[in-house]
Amino acid sequence: MDNTRIISNYLERALLSLDQDTAENIVLDAVKTETPIETAGNLISNTLKRIGDSWENGDIALSQVYTSSIICEKIIDKILPPQSSTRRDQPKTAIAVFEDYHLLGKRIIYSTLRASGIELMDLGGGLTIDKIIKIVKEEKIKILLISVLMLPSALRIKELKKQIANINVKIIVGGAPFRFDEELWREIDADYYGKDSAEALEIVNKLLEEKI
Amino acid sequence: MTPMERVLTTLSHKEPDRVPLFLLLSMHGAKELGMSIKDYFSKAENVVEGQIRLQKKYSNDCFNPFFYAPIEVEAFGADVIFSEDGPPNSGMPFIRNINDIVNVEAPRINDAKVLHKVLKSIELLKEKSQGNIPIIGVAVSPFSLPVMQLGFEKYFDIMHFHKELFNHLISVNEGFCVEWSNAQLKAGATAICYFDPVSSPTLIPKELYFETGYQIAKRTISKINGPTATHFASGNCLPIADLLPNTGTAVVGVSTQEDIADLKQAFKNKITVLGNLNGIEMRRWTAAETSNIVRDTIRKAAPGGGFILSDNHGEIPFQVKDDTLHAIVNAVRKYGTYPIIED
Repeated sequence: MDNTRIISNYLERALLSLDQDTAENIVLDAVKTETPIETAGNLISNTLKRIGDSWENGDIALSQVYTSSIICEKIIDKILPPQSSTRRDQPKTAIAVFEDYHLLGKRIIYSTLRASGIELMDLGGGLTIDKIIKIVKEEKIKILLISVLMLPSALRIKELKKQIANINVKIIVGGAPFRFDEELWREIDADYYGKDSAEALEIVNKLLEEKI
Repeated sequence: MTPMERVLTTLSHKEPDRVPLFLLLSMHGAKELGMSIKDYFSKAENVVEGQIRLQKKYSNDCFNPFFYAPIEVEAFGADVIFSEDGPPNSGMPFIRNINDIVNVEAPRINDAKVLHKVLKSIELLKEKSQGNIPIIGVAVSPFSLPVMQLGFEKYFDIMHFHKELFNHLISVNEGFCVEWSNAQLKAGATAICYFDPVSSPTLIPKELYFETGYQIAKRTISKINGPTATHFASGNCLPIADLLPNTGTAVVGVSTQEDIADLKQAFKNKITVLGNLNGIEMRRWTAAETSNIVRDTIRKAAPGGGFILSDNHGEIPFQVKDDTLHAIVNAVRKYGTYPIIED
């Protein structure tokens, strides 16, 4: 096993046991040999991706994914402040909960992306189609992650997509209805579907690399 | 057999005449009565009429006078958001700051007018059923109610880092859950569906469940004066299958994301399995797909009794068409008559 993987394993163990101090020390050690943005994009991102995959496999629970992402976000905010010039130059990205106030999924994705060095706006919950369109236009958002809990909300994303057809923004969807019907995201014309935090991270990274 | 006899036989892990079917339809009653979901849930009489029509239409083996999940937090003073085509949803959590938890008090059932329509609907259905059709009451578990009271994030926060606040809120909720469950049983409910999604290993690790949701379920269920069905609302439960029988629950509502044969094996002769048709996918099932899925589910889980066919969430989406529901009923008649013909 290579050294990077060993360090990532240590970090994973610390995160899953809620050992914030050890997790922070592991990250601080890593930034002695690479830049903070590299640590965010490599060590933290890879570790959180593996934690997301473990949830997908049923090996850990969502509460552990949540606490791991929150701890990493706090650590990365210390070593890489939000306004830091060393953060990556990227298309404007945002995340929102459509039509309700179940915010956990959004919070996990938000923290996972931020801890991986990706800056994004948190648009909150209870957003309507009109409100989202207004924000997308005003803020010139290029990547929009939308989380939903309820099936009717998921189905209404199709109308949102129709109304923003002439705007250059990629829509990534996620949430319970999509997990129980993996054809649903295509039916509502979403551009991408992230099954979990690991997939959401992978999709956003791909879009950023493609410089959409 | 009457639906009650059919259900009681399967609960005793014996084979009834056919597999009992619980079509957990709530909003479809509004469709039957040609009214909006909000108007439908405004009066007990609407829900009673809706349930009677749905039971006749689909030969359902239960009455399901469930209004909507946030009705309990509505009794605590929270907002409910009504939708044209989906279940009423909880608004912003009413506990904005975790320090306010110490001031949270449970509403008394006598004073909580919003809950009275549920009790009235149970009383009216009890008169209609004459003991022949089980009436399912619903209570959100003390451990899962905080998600609607303060939101998941703050709830995980107090669960991990503010035990005294967690214990206070759970204590308030336990008292409420027991009083609310027993009021429904007194009104005529046959059993209480104890909705406990937070206890699912999908959401919290088994070790944390053992310290929290498990102990809470054991305490609460022991004080409920009737049988309970623990439902994880689409969450998994196999990893805690060894613990669930100790909570005193009689039925477990299982997820479509776990194999029904494994679930049946894990709970065989201990707890009746309720599930696990995928309600979200059901929206686009053809008649042939529906028939095949029902057949396969029955063949894997029904032999020996201890099984009730239902959806995996505890509520069938408004978007599921009548034709699909009829296809489920027809498939149960075709493949669910005992003895079950296995592959």
